[in-house]
Amino acid sequence: MLKVHRDICGYCGCCVSVCPEGALELIDAYLSVEENCTSCGVCAKVCPLGALEVVHEKQV
Amino acid sequence: MKSKYDVLVIGGGPAGALAAKTAVEKGLSACIVEKRPAIGAPVRCAEGIGKEALQEFIEPDTRWISAEMTGATIVAPDGFVMQLSSQMAGSKVGYVLDRKFFDRELVWKAAEAGADVAVKSRAAAPIIENGVVRGAKVDFCGKVTNVRAEVVIAADGVESKFSKWCGIDTTVPVREIMSSVQYVMTGIEIDQHSTVFYLGNEVAPEGYLWVFPKGKNTANVGIGISGKKSGAGHRAKDYLDAFVKKTFPHGRTIEYIPGGVSVCRPLECTVADGLIITGDAARVVDPLTGGGIYNAMYTGKLAAETAADCIGRGDVSKKALMAYDKTWRASKMGKAIERNYHIKEYLIKQPDTKLNEIIHSVSKINMTEFTTLNLVKEIIRVNPKLVLELGALAASLR
Repeated sequence: MLKVHRDICGYCGCCVSVCPEGALELIDAYLSVEENCTSCGVCAKVCPLGALEVVHEKQV
Repeated sequence: MKSKYDVLVIGGGPAGALAAKTAVEKGLSACIVEKRPAIGAPVRCAEGIGKEALQEFIEPDTRWISAEMTGATIVAPDGFVMQLSSQMAGSKVGYVLDRKFFDRELVWKAAEAGADVAVKSRAAAPIIENGVVRGAKVDFCGKVTNVRAEVVIAADGVESKFSKWCGIDTTVPVREIMSSVQYVMTGIEIDQHSTVFYLGNEVAPEGYLWVFPKGKNTANVGIGISGKKSGAGHRAKDYLDAFVKKTFPHGRTIEYIPGGVSVCRPLECTVADGLIITGDAARVVDPLTGGGIYNAMYTGKLAAETAADCIGRGDVSKKALMAYDKTWRASKMGKAIERNYHIKEYLIKQPDTKLNEIIHSVSKINMTEFTTLNLVKEIIRVNPKLVLELGALAASLR
């Protein structure tokens, strides 16, 4: 699953633009992750700050 | 906010503001819905714009201009400096805006002309009937209102969702998102009348780093790198911090804002039944410079003009709205995007040694007209070999 580190996130929407599933939405100062997220990690790669992380189930 | 308008504009940036203002000037009713609580903030922008480009839409006003530019500087990967200036020494070539006030001014002008504005109001879903976009569900503090419209203009920026909800693929390829961070820094030694661009794979892979003056000793210091080159330990912020530590060790950072800038081709089609897409949401950013303010204002205005025309004729189908798509593609802006896309694609493939070679060939250019096209033309003039490398593209640059 996708973990949003809210203390790092600058709610810029860079991740939203590259999400192939349309699973992310920037609601002002809040990034929402929808259920159709496939944990592909594209968003985590492009994040300018490193606020997104794909966490594998067993680590949760 | 009423429950029905001729034109509903999603987003209160430059595209949305120009769209709403133009719509009401054409005699239509219009409303801007902006999800943020304040117009103009946070500023996710380096804020640079050319003099002529700005003046096409609004007379420059010191209330929202941070600094006037008389030249630009390009720093090669090896540190070599290329100076660009106007042929008329010392004359203004562009501005660094103060977008907190600039965006507010544009929306204020739209409101003054008669447009409604709703802030902290988010378009949460489109209203679609028989495949036609007929408005949006607008969420204000948890209360959802159906707002119907003849035409919806999506001006919702790089993080745009509205068009995607209407079935249009707006996904930016990873390699074509500029993963960006900008600091507003003060207490730094800069030339306050020149923008500076730093190139190189060590500095900003497949992108560039900028220092855009905001006045004496203050500047937007930012960076954009290709999403492809971004990852743990080597993100935009890591590159920017390394630069700042080396170049402005005593500077103070008074603003810290990340962002994303698309440098892909524009959307394949920027209209649908009842919908027109503008600005960053349409991916009409200049792929070479990452500049989008002019393109946003241009497409916003054109979108409203087209909407007015189509509403007047009682036909807001995709076919009718295609006039918008065709017009901007054939415009100077549309052609510049296409041309600059090819130049960008060429440049990002060059190793630093090649960039050094190109930049070394011209140390000072006095341009009659201060444009990227003239810069590229001058570079080609002194590097005739490039004509071969650029192939078909070179012909379009003459």
